[in-house]
Amino acid sequence: MSKNPLKTKPQAATENLQPATENLQRTTDNFQVSTVMIWAIALFVTAVFLWILSDIVWHGVGQINWEFLTTAPKNAGREGGIAPILVSTILILGVCMTVSVPIGVGTAILLAEFTDTKSIFGRLVRRSLDVLAGVPSIVFGLFGNAFFCKTLGLGFSILSGGLTLACMVLPILIRSTEEGFRAVSDDYRLSATALGLSRTTTLWNVLLPAAAPGVVVGLVLGIGRAIAETAALIFTSGYVDRMPESLLDSGRSLSIHIFDLSMNVTGGNANAYASALVLLVLLLLINGTAAWMTQYWLHRKVESVCKHSAFE
Amino acid sequence: MLNFFRSDTLLISILKGCAVVAGAIVVLILVFLITEALPVLGQVGLLPFFTDPSWHPAETLYNFTPMLWGTLLVTAGAMVVATPLGILSAVFCQYYAPSSIAGLYRRLIELLAGMPSVVYGFWGLVELVPLIGRFQPPGASLLAGIAILSLMILPTIALTADASFAKVPPEYLQGSAALGLSRWATVRGVVFPAAKSGLFTGLILGTGRAIGETMAVLMVCGNVVQTPKSLFEPMRTLTANIALEMAYAMGNHRSALFVSGLLLMAIILVLVAIAEMISKGGIYE
Repeated sequence: MSKNPLKTKPQAATENLQPATENLQRTTDNFQVSTVMIWAIALFVTAVFLWILSDIVWHGVGQINWEFLTTAPKNAGREGGIAPILVSTILILGVCMTVSVPIGVGTAILLAEFTDTKSIFGRLVRRSLDVLAGVPSIVFGLFGNAFFCKTLGLGFSILSGGLTLACMVLPILIRSTEEGFRAVSDDYRLSATALGLSRTTTLWNVLLPAAAPGVVVGLVLGIGRAIAETAALIFTSGYVDRMPESLLDSGRSLSIHIFDLSMNVTGGNANAYASALVLLVLLLLINGTAAWMTQYWLHRKVESVCKHSAFE
Repeated sequence: MLNFFRSDTLLISILKGCAVVAGAIVVLILVFLITEALPVLGQVGLLPFFTDPSWHPAETLYNFTPMLWGTLLVTAGAMVVATPLGILSAVFCQYYAPSSIAGLYRRLIELLAGMPSVVYGFWGLVELVPLIGRFQPPGASLLAGIAILSLMILPTIALTADASFAKVPPEYLQGSAALGLSRWATVRGVVFPAAKSGLFTGLILGTGRAIGETMAVLMVCGNVVQTPKSLFEPMRTLTANIALEMAYAMGNHRSALFVSGLLLMAIILVLVAIAEMISKGGIYE
């Protein structure tokens, strides 16, 4: 659709970028204030980042052990561990992803494969997703409270929280899935058509495997956004730090736990540090997986799809 | 272009269903905000939200201009700090750093972008606020909010700027090198104008993120309902107000919080519209 063979040309042109910047370097060997300033800014940003990171690792790492991860919080979270909080977090993420992935991937397929970029329906959906991506998380919280908790009668529960987050991660999920589909070469579609495959078969056996990296990256980014969220959860999934017994129980997510310990519990800082470290490690794992998968799929994609799905 | 079978209509209708659900969420959010906001708007109208003597919802006083000022000041401050830092960070990645350092720095900015707001807030609360408090008590202040928010929107601005610099045609750089321009002159005179629309889009995205940010500002700003008169005074933003009072708000008070949610939504809609206009009017794209 949007992809055409001519697209390879600009890519060849960007290879010229390197010589161009090298030329720049050669012409400006003389010492300049701007150069110093720009290096100083980069160093400053790096330093602040390292400060934040080392602060949390330094104070948090001593608290973390197997017991911390597997016991319930005691004394409003000052002592004990975070086991029920981890379980609630995972359940909230689970609800969020089970709801948002089918809707998100479906929408992305429709937008990338079956909708003309100029069609009114496609433009409306895209416009509304652009706005949705900008909606502040606290407004999602208000909406979730009014719609899922009150109107649908789910109350403060893991289900309400997960559904609210599902609305929130949809734009990210759809965007990267759509990019995944757009990155699939038109040759695949044309060959499938020439073989007389139906659109459903083409989608299922050719396009979906080829676009899998985009879907996976979207999924991972969505999980990353959802696990970091606090404001949308305070009045949808609630504060209760007991082990949840069903999806209709209130459950406290890891991010809310950090917030509550640092703001409302005096003497909760030690465990807040440890929880923040757990959250950061989880996020690093998630981001690392995303980066690794993009690399991995980029190399594997072309061969494997040609071998297994498309031309079997 | 592709073959079309009758069985495909099922697939397409399922996909259309997904898209309708996804597209309808924004409408649903607006509908619920409006229905929840209507009770108080019907009883007192919109004007008291700007003219009442103070914000005491229990005594039916609904003036949220101090919080609106708080949001605007903290956002403006963060933009002033984060814009140069973010854009020059991207300049560093694209034109100054050796490629290995540029790659590392880009990864670092991406990590900063993915860090949860509650972690920023927590760090601000335990490190930054006491630090400011040592010089200008109480510490929890507009300044702390600006500092934390700047850190949070810097990655947004830097990453969009980086992406738009990457799209500047290499011929421009070659041309400027041929003219013997220095590196900084090239960046200022060639790259910035060529990447203008992308830079502005990044700034608007950053503004949107700053206005909507809740937890971090809630944790470091002190949350006193007042229009701050100096950088060191505590203050409260609209978003923090919702997060703080929603737990116990009833009746008209709850309704008033939804009015502020509606106001936030309106600001975001305006920002998205501006971003759209810029990207359409971009001469270089």
